[in-house]
Amino acid sequence: MSYRATPVADDAPEKITVTGLDFFYGDFHALTDITVGIKEKAVTAFIGPSGCGKSTFLRCFNRMNDLIPGTRAEGTITLDGQDIYAAGVDPVDLRRRIGMIFQQPNPFPMSIYDNVAFGPRLQGIKKAELDEIVQTSLERANLWKETKDILGRNGLALSGGQQQRLCIARVLAVEPEVMLMDEPCSAIDPTSVQKIEDLMDELKDRITIIIVTHNMQQAARVSDFTAFFLQELAGEAAVLVEYDRTPNIFTSPKDRRTEDYITGRFG
Amino acid sequence: MNKNTANGIALALLWIAAILTVVVLGTVILYVFVNGIGQLSPEFIFTWPEGVAAEGGIWPTIVSTLYVTALAMIIVTPIAILAAVYLAEYAVQGRLVSTIRFAADSLASVPSIVMGLFGLALFVEAAGIGFSMLSAALALSFLMLPIVMRTTEEAIRSVPKYIRWGSYGLGATKWQVVSRSVLPASMPRIITGIILATGRAVGETAVVIYTMGQAINMPITPFDSGRPMTVHLYLLAMEGINLPAAYGTALLLMIMILAFNLGARYFLRRNRKV
Repeated sequence: MSYRATPVADDAPEKITVTGLDFFYGDFHALTDITVGIKEKAVTAFIGPSGCGKSTFLRCFNRMNDLIPGTRAEGTITLDGQDIYAAGVDPVDLRRRIGMIFQQPNPFPMSIYDNVAFGPRLQGIKKAELDEIVQTSLERANLWKETKDILGRNGLALSGGQQQRLCIARVLAVEPEVMLMDEPCSAIDPTSVQKIEDLMDELKDRITIIIVTHNMQQAARVSDFTAFFLQELAGEAAVLVEYDRTPNIFTSPKDRRTEDYITGRFG
Repeated sequence: MNKNTANGIALALLWIAAILTVVVLGTVILYVFVNGIGQLSPEFIFTWPEGVAAEGGIWPTIVSTLYVTALAMIIVTPIAILAAVYLAEYAVQGRLVSTIRFAADSLASVPSIVMGLFGLALFVEAAGIGFSMLSAALALSFLMLPIVMRTTEEAIRSVPKYIRWGSYGLGATKWQVVSRSVLPASMPRIITGIILATGRAVGETAVVIYTMGQAINMPITPFDSGRPMTVHLYLLAMEGINLPAAYGTALLLMIMILAFNLGARYFLRRNRKV
């Protein structure tokens, strides 16, 4: 496996700190006692078998789970030291700071331009500034060359991989500090996967990225840190088994269960 | 019986049933077409009926029909869409919402003549609006409301979760998600619902006969009375005044409704392919 060339410094600050997080869907206890610190301007991968709660955990960071009735989070998650579940925190503001990319590319059924301008317009940014934001965002998502002459075309007319980069551009347009990526490459072709992985490498100079992936090679390729989640028995809450620098996880895991998973003994 | 024979018989029955449907529709259309086509001419469409036998054209009845339909559409559309947004997006799903939905479905199945009687009592008489475009449009809007509301609700519900989440993920408030993502994404289907309800209103007779009046009149303000095409057709045929003109009116009415339905299909299709 190949790993990233420039490791993040040991004393890099934590952007997000999770302490003793438990998460519930109604009566179902999905995650238990998760404690983890996400380093700023690094890529952190969440790996683990299907149904182990990695996506659920990811959606805690921008409180997207609030949209699912009957869910509840206990414990604390802080962003730059501020508790995001504290009373008085508006999830709408939080989601502006923490963007999200989904498994299924989800451009809105409108033009490429309007897709990228969507977030800035929500904040009331005026037309004069929009052109520049749209161009910069598409450039940062490595999609400008392909789309600069077809900005008026419907976003759904793009290929799957381009659609996913459009969604990244759309998130970048609101200048988030963190980008959550929920299996962003599982529904697109291999060439596009390569482009998105390269893109993550470029973006992490400016933003903190957390990616959920089923693909261990991908986790090894793109991430600086890896967290391994596991639900040991069906119906039980998932736990964070091990969290470390990515090369350590893949070459010298400390926990037997991590080793079994990455060597393909289950999952 | 051999299973291949059974299969063959079942297939034949299904095929006959399907063909029968088409034949019935084809017969009706053909019959009206053959009897009415001789009447259709620019004079028939654009001139007034004259004399006791209503010779000449049907222009004021066409205008009355279009007038009342447009007015009803203007009344129905905002109410139906707001109600549907509330039901689909805001209301706590439970007994109240299913009651509202059941009420809407029941409203859609109330016989239109009952709605006409109600319109007569409420708008024409109690409210004192009299026989008029407005009374008829209000009564028609009762018929159209559940159709538009339910199709809009279905359209809103069918917007994929991913679209909503994408919008929330960019820091949209609930209202921004609804107004900027969900409604635009469901607009083709909403407009289709409006067009179909409009087609229903164009062909409606029982409601308007009670509320618009029967005098042949060119409506200018919403308080003017008039005679819509359907009522004109009914009077010409039932009182044996002018049967050829009745067929001509019928054919024109069918063409208009067909145009509405085709328009709805075209609109849906154009928006489906990207």
